[in-house]
Amino acid sequence: MALEAPAQPPDAGTAGVTSVLTGEGSIATRPKTTRVVSAHTSVLARLKEIWRARELLVYLVRTEIKVKYKNSVLGLLWSMVSPALTLAVYTMVFGVFLKNGMPNFVIYLFSGLLLWNFFSTGILTATGVVVNNAGLVKKVSFPREILALAAIGSAGVFFFFQACVMVIFMVALQWAPAWPLLYLVLVALVPTLVLSCALGILLAAVNVYMRDTQHLVTVLVGSAWFWACPIVYSFQETLAPRLAAHGLGWLYFLNPLTILVMTYQRVLYGRLTVHSTEPTHAVLHILPHWPVTTYLWGDGVVLVFAAALFYVAMGVFGRLAGNFAEEL
Amino acid sequence: MGSQAVEVQGVSKRFRLYHEKYTSLKERVIHAGRIPYQDLWALRDVGFDVREGETLGILGRNGSGKSTLLKCICGVLQPTSGQVVVRGKLAGLLELGAGFQQELSGRENIYLNGSMLGLSKREVDRMFDDIVEFAELGQFIDNQVKFYSSGMYVRLGFAVAVNVDPDVLVIDEVLAVGDERFQRKCMERVKQFQREGRTILFVSHAPDLVRNLCDRAVVLADGEMVGMGAPGEAVRLFRERLLEAGDVLGAREAEGALDVASEEAPALAEGSDPIAPAGVGLAPAPMAAVASSAASATSDPAGAAIVPGTEPGLAQGAEARTHNGPGDSRPVRLVEVSSVLPTTSTRRYLLPGEPLTIRVAFESTRAVEGVVFQLDIRNDEGLGLFSTDTEALGVRCDVQPGPGTFEFRLESVPLLDGAYDVNLGVQTSSGLSDWREPACRFEVMNPGRSTGAVAIPVQAALVGGGALSVARDGLAVPADGTVVR
Repeated sequence: MALEAPAQPPDAGTAGVTSVLTGEGSIATRPKTTRVVSAHTSVLARLKEIWRARELLVYLVRTEIKVKYKNSVLGLLWSMVSPALTLAVYTMVFGVFLKNGMPNFVIYLFSGLLLWNFFSTGILTATGVVVNNAGLVKKVSFPREILALAAIGSAGVFFFFQACVMVIFMVALQWAPAWPLLYLVLVALVPTLVLSCALGILLAAVNVYMRDTQHLVTVLVGSAWFWACPIVYSFQETLAPRLAAHGLGWLYFLNPLTILVMTYQRVLYGRLTVHSTEPTHAVLHILPHWPVTTYLWGDGVVLVFAAALFYVAMGVFGRLAGNFAEEL
Repeated sequence: MGSQAVEVQGVSKRFRLYHEKYTSLKERVIHAGRIPYQDLWALRDVGFDVREGETLGILGRNGSGKSTLLKCICGVLQPTSGQVVVRGKLAGLLELGAGFQQELSGRENIYLNGSMLGLSKREVDRMFDDIVEFAELGQFIDNQVKFYSSGMYVRLGFAVAVNVDPDVLVIDEVLAVGDERFQRKCMERVKQFQREGRTILFVSHAPDLVRNLCDRAVVLADGEMVGMGAPGEAVRLFRERLLEAGDVLGAREAEGALDVASEEAPALAEGSDPIAPAGVGLAPAPMAAVASSAASATSDPAGAAIVPGTEPGLAQGAEARTHNGPGDSRPVRLVEVSSVLPTTSTRRYLLPGEPLTIRVAFESTRAVEGVVFQLDIRNDEGLGLFSTDTEALGVRCDVQPGPGTFEFRLESVPLLDGAYDVNLGVQTSSGLSDWREPACRFEVMNPGRSTGAVAIPVQAALVGGGALSVARDGLAVPADGTVVR
């Protein structure tokens, strides 16, 4: 699409923009950036352009959040109320009707859901974002990836609010996380972010050409992928023994989100084994007995995978973006 | 590099037109590999440079690729091949207020829009007051944009774009918005940009605006660049192209849009002729009246449909021709009326001030004395510009039976751009004998910069107090630019 590269004086970009118009001659003499619009632009150039437009990203995120809760009485509070309600439902189901015996199941659930919500809201909104902003895409020039990134960004803001709710829950239930491992929260967040961006950018572009994508993603992510992650159930307790019997334990970890979700549970739920709340008081194996390095490695591998996917996504987006304006 | 602000290098743009658009997966699978499509080249190898500080116009009729070209320059569309190099910050006005978010307030939208145009918050802070003042929004700035009137919306859009301090400003037909005062303000700002040495790319199908504002202009036709040059030349080329395409209607349309708003409308309103304002809608009504009254006057269905002489007004030429009985009361018939241009060249239009001859071939069934030829010239809005007849001119014509030729020789046609209709009538002592409307048509193209309806020779002179300045394109302005060759 459009590539900006500093012209004659290096770093003319910032200098040119800030120079104040003082007299008639200044327009001609002030340093300028050169922009090339052509059919092929490298991924690196596109990344640079996105970096240049980072302030726009902030505005778009802010706009999205503002618009979402404009004219609603509770406003931003909704972003906290809705996960709390989801939690209440799941807690009712698995704590009262289909008892799984996990003490403070709500904390376990929330630690997985926290990360999952970030991921799923992000890519779900990102998928439709180019189509929904057709008016903008057709008339205004800016790196279109920003739109997808803004969707992920606003999901990130909601992640933050939900994390606050999580803290409130933990304090209320007097549940301590694994304090020494707290840094893993950030370690797992980075691959999730990169993965969301990669998928968001990819899907946003594909959706312009095949509007099915939106529906497909809703179905796949909303149900299949969600249940493929150990969020409402414990992998170690339910699936691991059965898969291990066939030597297929690795299969489960092909889902890049599994290890990330488990990292969160490791930190926030913090218990590997617990005693069931059922009268039997049986021992429940909630999480595998892995050393911390396993989580670090796991997250690292996902990060590498996500980064590779991001590069591919940028490439695909770059190829497709040129015709967005005519396809919409 | 150096002084080129925009370099358009061999830009082509292909659109795939699918006869049926399949965007769902099912349809794609079903029709895989055999989706019928047509290639449409909206732009073909267009290349030109825009110098820094220059105002370049892009002329072309609808569908000629103007907007596609602008979108490629702005970066909204990617060219299929070729590239555009833009030096400096570009602000595109493809559509005013395109980036506005309905739910946000005007204030928030200014920041959003500013960042879309590549400004930091600090820079927008600095321009904020100017923008609000220019947009004349006052206290409404904190209202949601969705409650704005369309005028406020558009004003805000324009205000943001022109206040962001761009090096290159791209304007796509958006100057025709807002009320007259705001339009003037926009033009004033555009002119200020010119003085400040900013580069402006300007698309319009209003030749007058291009003539007025631009230093050079590019003419596009069917995606190809057919010419580039001084605005007068370009406008001439543009209108020539329209004529070639046999699209006189297109030419008139092109004249219409903005001219009506800016120049001709006031002229029309101020016209001393009380009929003038209604001129546009005037033509069909009387004709209908003639037809109906004629029908009612007819007693013999097989005989003459129109009783000549009882309707001295506007008997339609076509109707008159269909009636082919010898009709003793209508002896003189028009055979052909043509406008004869003075030059022997292939030019199909007149320059302002050139002479024109209207040649009338007629036929008479008998010898008639005191035949009166009537001439009536109207512009494309039906406004009467000039009417005369041989009686008024004090010329007496006696015709012999058989064919004959008569000429009105206009010494000078002091008109500016436009397509003009010539109506012609023949009257004998017994009434109107034949009438054609329009009998023929001629075009005037103005190579100079002046605009309006009438070519008035003018001299510009500074009488003391300084030296005569030189025109923008480096030529001293002769007369008014009417350049009578």
